[in-house]
Amino acid sequence: MSQNLRRYIRKIFAIVGKDVATEIRTKEMVSAMFVFSLLIIFIFNFTFDLRAGNVQTLAPGVLWVAITFAGMLGLSRSFVLEHDKGVLEGLLLAPVDRSTIYFGKMIGNIIFISMVAIVVLPVFMIVFNQPFTHVPRLGGIIVLGVIGLSGVGTLFSAMAVHTRAREVLLPIMLFPVIIPLILAAIRLTAAVLDGMLFADMSHWLTILVAFDVIFIAISYMLFEYVVEE
Amino acid sequence: MTTKILSSQQTKTEVNGISFSAVFTIFTGFIMLTALYLALIWAPDAVNLLTPTERYAQRIFYFHVPAAWVGFLAFLASALFSVIYLIKRQQKWDAMALSSVEVGLAFFTMVMLSGPIWAKPTWNVWWTWDPRLTISTICWLLYIGYIMLRGAIDNPEREARFAAVFAIVSSFSIPLNWLAIRWWRTIHPAIVAAGSNDGSEGGFGMSPDIRNTLIFCVVAFTIFYINLMYHRVKLELMKRRVELLKQDILYQ
Repeated sequence: MSQNLRRYIRKIFAIVGKDVATEIRTKEMVSAMFVFSLLIIFIFNFTFDLRAGNVQTLAPGVLWVAITFAGMLGLSRSFVLEHDKGVLEGLLLAPVDRSTIYFGKMIGNIIFISMVAIVVLPVFMIVFNQPFTHVPRLGGIIVLGVIGLSGVGTLFSAMAVHTRAREVLLPIMLFPVIIPLILAAIRLTAAVLDGMLFADMSHWLTILVAFDVIFIAISYMLFEYVVEE
Repeated sequence: MTTKILSSQQTKTEVNGISFSAVFTIFTGFIMLTALYLALIWAPDAVNLLTPTERYAQRIFYFHVPAAWVGFLAFLASALFSVIYLIKRQQKWDAMALSSVEVGLAFFTMVMLSGPIWAKPTWNVWWTWDPRLTISTICWLLYIGYIMLRGAIDNPEREARFAAVFAIVSSFSIPLNWLAIRWWRTIHPAIVAAGSNDGSEGGFGMSPDIRNTLIFCVVAFTIFYINLMYHRVKLELMKRRVELLKQDILYQ
């Protein structure tokens, strides 16, 4: 059994390795997402005229809009190579379970979006003048949020790439579904920045984790219906 | 030869279906007219609403609440039909899921339009970020996403498959959305106080007659939904058959 599991995980990481290697060579997705999220932070600074008085209430929203929008940018590209260069056919022909492809793509997306978010976070702390002691806990929240975003985002991205409107359709499908995730992540971020007790906010953590678990389970079950040809 | 099949099948369903279809439709129309009479004339005024505008606007309640109920019911139904479609792969389940979303979208649009008309005289705003309003908007957007997704796919088989997947995922997001939005608002008690003025509970005194009218309207709207579904599914299946026959003729 554990032999099978180990083999399964090795197959997943073969797909992750392929995506990471492609990304290291092209540096297309991560660099674009990084620049885009920085631009979002700066644009929010102008639109809301952020000052010491209101920064505490607006900062969590700014951070999460930057992360989700940048994530959307990355997710919409996630299956484009697969579709255009016929990689998906290759993966489907490979003697692996369909769920391997899902988990491989999902973990790849988690790595890319988290990387961008973790680099953006210090910049965010500096421009909004927040203490750096919050970074580890915010990093944890970001990773949990990104897992949920990629979990359902990978499924929808595989669907959106087959549609006529592609990049346009993904946010329309994804945003209404991930609202609980964004809400919970913003609440938790605000709680950390306000220095609130974590026990008071544990119900938001429950929603965040529940979202991750439920939507990864559903996407795992439905993915084979999306890629079957 | 194919045209002969088309016309013979067409007349067959007409002859078989006409009696049931007509009776059911006339019955639904009668029920809806009764609901309209009860809501506008028979039901008494809500006692603790002071201005006439408020009292007139309150009668939106009898159509607003049942429409919202049908909207959620239609969504649930389409998710169920989608699950059955993915298991059985029969056209009719996909047609039912699509029809349910379309009918539900019509009802939800009615909720979204009648809500602000009622809210303005009662709360003095067109819109508040009350949990119920927020969750309805999210459902409405999910419905629209579903329709747009279907519209953007060329291959009919893939369209049905993707739409089913989307309907199932979004049906799971509704309860989580509901929970999150509830908690989001309980942190701001001032807005909840304004929101609890909502008519469905505690906003005004629910006398037995008001309650009975509401129950009748909910039942009437459910029958209306089933009737619309019946016609829409029939239309959709007919449309698909015509499409197939057209291809037969073109590529023969």
